[in-house]
Amino acid sequence: MSVVTIERKVLEKNDEIASRNRELFRSHGIFAVNLVSSPGAGKTSLLERTLEHLRGKLPLAVIEGDVQTDLDARRIERYGVPAVQIVTRGGCHLEANLVRDALDAIPLGGVRLLIIENVGNLVCPSNYDLGEAMKIVLASTTEGDDKPLKYPAMFRNSSVLVINKIDLLPYLSCSLDTLRSNALQINPSLKVFQTSCRTGEGIDAWCEWLVSASSEERK
Amino acid sequence: MHELSLAQSVVEIVQQYVPPGNHGGVKSVKMKIGELSGVVVDSLAFCFEAITSGTPLEGARLDVEHVPLRCRCKTCNRESDIHDNVFRCGVCGGADIEIIAGRELQVLEIEVDDGG
Repeated sequence: MSVVTIERKVLEKNDEIASRNRELFRSHGIFAVNLVSSPGAGKTSLLERTLEHLRGKLPLAVIEGDVQTDLDARRIERYGVPAVQIVTRGGCHLEANLVRDALDAIPLGGVRLLIIENVGNLVCPSNYDLGEAMKIVLASTTEGDDKPLKYPAMFRNSSVLVINKIDLLPYLSCSLDTLRSNALQINPSLKVFQTSCRTGEGIDAWCEWLVSASSEERK
Repeated sequence: MHELSLAQSVVEIVQQYVPPGNHGGVKSVKMKIGELSGVVVDSLAFCFEAITSGTPLEGARLDVEHVPLRCRCKTCNRESDIHDNVFRCGVCGGADIEIIAGRELQVLEIEVDDGG
């Protein structure tokens, strides 16, 4: 028997491609965000509201990740925004090479903000760097206030938390305070927004932050 | 359930280290997996076994070194363990901490049967 030392990261290939993506975003002055949540938390609805708001104010592009169908990309295209659909065909998360390939279909010149909507899943996407500036995690009130404690890696690895579906709070046992404090226990530096994609509440503040974060990226 | 793609990456890495002309096969693969790596070790072991069947890695044991979450406090500069999802310094209670261990997902070494 002999022992062969390896000491290599399992995800090194993904991480290398992610670094190249990040360099590409930097060279184009693009603020790229990786939007993650469980299925049905409202990622695409938040995107639609965001596009309504930012259309004409901030040039942006969208990459949509789904296990099947291009329904989401079609929803986004209605807003006149370049949108590329990645269909993972069973894959539970996006990987850096899928994003790199999708970027070929987007004219990057002039784009200031790239939103990458990951596959709905609070576990697997937390491992995979796509080259984004930051992960933004969306948690909806209908999921309950304990999600940050159940999926700590995702909340720890994200920089921003958007709490969505706040219009439904009167009908739920979810406590906004508990949800916030659970998230901040995992990650005290999380920036928190509260939104309702139905009533539009909180969308202004969220979009204003996106605009200012995108302009920071260009400096 | 990304353990299958992780198992594939592990196999790809390991295959580069099997000495050329080896017939005895790989007996074990040692990995380091952190608490916050998001990996279910049992699933990884199951996927590893499934995809190595019929290859020189068949029957290789997956040894996992589990790494608990540990942080360094930027306020008091001390190191402590993180328990029960409370991401605070275990010494002074400060929230401005840096994770120094627990995110690992590494292949450390393999044991190869070289007939010796």
